[in-house]
Amino acid sequence: MSTTAIQPVPFGRRVKRFMADRPLIPLIILLIILVVILQILRPGIVNERWIANTIKFAIPLAILAGCQTMTMLTGGIDLSVGTVATMSAFIMATQVVNQDPAVAFLLAMMPAVLIGLVNGIGVGVFRVHPLIMTLGTSLIGTGCLQVYQRTVIASGAKIPDFLAWLGTGVTFGFPNALLLFVPLAALIVFTLSRTGFGRLLYAVGDNERATRLSGVQYWQVITALYVISSVLAGITGLLYIGLIKAPSLSLAEPLVLPSVAAAVIGGTSIFGGRGGYTGTIIGALILTVLTTLLTILQMPEGARRILFGLIVLFVTAAYLRIVEER
Amino acid sequence: MTTNPLLDATGVAKNYGAVAALRNASLSVLPGEVHALMGANGAGKSTLVKILTGAIRADAGRILIRGEARDVRSPAAARRAGLLPVYQEPSLIPDLDVLSNLRLTGTPVEPFRAWVRELGIPDLDIRDTARDIPLAVLRVLDLARALAVEPDVLLLDEMTAALPANLAEKVLEVVRRQGDSGRAVIFISHRFVEISALCDRATVLRDGETVGVVDIVPGVEERIVELMLGARIVKTHVAARTASQNAATSASRPRLGVRNLRVGTKLNDVSFDLADGEVAGVVALEGQGQDELFAALAGSIRPSGGTIEVDGRPVKFSHPIDAIRAGLAYVPGDRAEALAMQRSVRENIALPFSAALRNWGPIHMRQERAKVVSAIERLRIDTRAQGEVQRLSGGNQQKVTIARWIAADARTILCFDPTRGIDVGTKQEIYKLLRELAGHGKSVLFYTSELEEVQRVCDRVIVIFGGRVVDIFPVEEADEPALMRAAYGLPRGAKADVGILADPTSNSPDSTKPGATP
Repeated sequence: MSTTAIQPVPFGRRVKRFMADRPLIPLIILLIILVVILQILRPGIVNERWIANTIKFAIPLAILAGCQTMTMLTGGIDLSVGTVATMSAFIMATQVVNQDPAVAFLLAMMPAVLIGLVNGIGVGVFRVHPLIMTLGTSLIGTGCLQVYQRTVIASGAKIPDFLAWLGTGVTFGFPNALLLFVPLAALIVFTLSRTGFGRLLYAVGDNERATRLSGVQYWQVITALYVISSVLAGITGLLYIGLIKAPSLSLAEPLVLPSVAAAVIGGTSIFGGRGGYTGTIIGALILTVLTTLLTILQMPEGARRILFGLIVLFVTAAYLRIVEER
Repeated sequence: MTTNPLLDATGVAKNYGAVAALRNASLSVLPGEVHALMGANGAGKSTLVKILTGAIRADAGRILIRGEARDVRSPAAARRAGLLPVYQEPSLIPDLDVLSNLRLTGTPVEPFRAWVRELGIPDLDIRDTARDIPLAVLRVLDLARALAVEPDVLLLDEMTAALPANLAEKVLEVVRRQGDSGRAVIFISHRFVEISALCDRATVLRDGETVGVVDIVPGVEERIVELMLGARIVKTHVAARTASQNAATSASRPRLGVRNLRVGTKLNDVSFDLADGEVAGVVALEGQGQDELFAALAGSIRPSGGTIEVDGRPVKFSHPIDAIRAGLAYVPGDRAEALAMQRSVRENIALPFSAALRNWGPIHMRQERAKVVSAIERLRIDTRAQGEVQRLSGGNQQKVTIARWIAADARTILCFDPTRGIDVGTKQEIYKLLRELAGHGKSVLFYTSELEEVQRVCDRVIVIFGGRVVDIFPVEEADEPALMRAAYGLPRGAKADVGILADPTSNSPDSTKPGATP
């Protein structure tokens, strides 16, 4: 058989095949290269504190990118994650002033569940395109938040101590946020690879008609998916407010597009059916390191953004070339 | 040979990852010949065709067109070199009318019209949107579009598959004349009747290699089958069915009862029973409502009238899950409709397991593996490329769509033309499997566009014409002429001269059976 036909294969092709079988390797290599460049530009910057800091900032991005990964697997996208995260963070920070933290938490998660449900029903039942649906709910959510802000303007806001501890604290050199992230990431990876729900996400994104013929009810999968995505976004908001410590009406908005980029760089296809969460995590790390790198280059903001965009495009294109076969 | 070949490909190889789709394929086509390209499933026919037409690039090999080495990098380049394919899937853009489709490829309109008339469609309006044109006609239009630009080498992939007999007849006639005019046709088909009537020579592929080039002479079928199958497949007929299998079940309540079923305008009045342990064949010409019948039984569309009874109880399906819960599993004819192409064989087979909400939790991997492996073994699926279903050959893909329901242990399987466009070896396996299922008390409703399959597989035949059941008769009476007459809505036993209907059967039906021995 062809596998036993051992003949000298050119080195380049052998490397390519190796990478194609293990799509994580090129990503890890890229991450290491970026860190090395950083170390060369600023000798000594890469130390324990820097690593802890990078991880701290990468985690909220990685969780939101998890939302994108899961929705993108079905051929969708969730642009409302930024608004949902902002809402939960803002509500938490304002409600905790007068309420028990547990009650504040429940109040904070309510809009997340609601928006997720609306997204899911819109996409799953009424077949609105996810891009439009989540963009729409995102705008509605932002509007509601502005109205809400007026009602709490007098009471002020505070960041609960445990969120600050979770967001910024470091124990034995490890950021506390890992306590939340590691189980969460493990759960997502497990869900995607070893549960019926995860299987359905891939299958629905690959061929919806085939899943229908196999008895899968699309709206159930999609509704559950967008609720989960929104809840994850809500949790991210709580973590993020602990990290940033300054509630605002556009707190997590800047994370939305990078979260899509992280999932794409991590190898998840925007057309559905292909990808995974481990790649996305590394994608989020790459983007975070890249941001640091561009910051220390001391360029004007405009040039930095241009460079950021170019690098994201280049990395994605190169990665797809390496990993795709033929 | 004194004449130089129009197209000469040698040593063509192509690998997909670790799987060699082609290892050493060659094909030489002379001017003025109709050349058959044959091979069992996974032999590399499709890959070779894609390479010749520039859709993919070969890893090795040399392609000469009119003696010149040509690097066919794209379908456009192949077109310029005079090589034009007509694939199994219709290639007109559905949202454009026919005329715009012609403009898109720069096809001259008048020759196109002439060919369309020639091919037996007198009343085509080229302002019709392609989406509204029936599949069979679309395929003929594809052919006409290719003929209109007068290619040197025309490549036809299963051209007559899914064509009704009258259109197929015309198509074959035109193809034959194409050869007479000094051009060449590469003809891919699994139907020996057509090949023996049409082709001059045949190139046979097996496991990615050209294993023989034979002249088509009477009796060559045996030789071709031998070449195609190599030593792997023992030639067996489906064992003759014993009467006892049917007798045991006929007394009890039918598994599936369909009464006066209507769907839109296509299906008008269909009633029949399906018993446990029975394979009932459905025979119909293209577009007589069989698609709607299967879709309604599978829960994909709602009938507009009539009843469906399962085990004597009336049922209403609003989603395929309802049909699946009632034990009715649908295997569509189009494999692309049933498979998640980028996912593994295992995930595709296990797909129905996860469908219900209560099965969304952690998967019991060992249990699932056992079920999947036993289904794979039962159907003998070639799992060398099991990482992604799209890398499997068509026949193996079809097996996966059936394996899914074997693993799910469905009681009734609705097979819609499962053997379309797959090789003889796999067909035999599918026939055998369907009989086995019936032997285990399952029931099968089996639509086929190839009449000769009826006698191999079915116990009974249900003939549908114009959306109505026109006849139901036992398999003993279902020889090809009888089926053909019934399919055209003519009464059984009528000895009237049926003109064209008699023609396709005038070739001895025995020659179509690879296992027939003198």
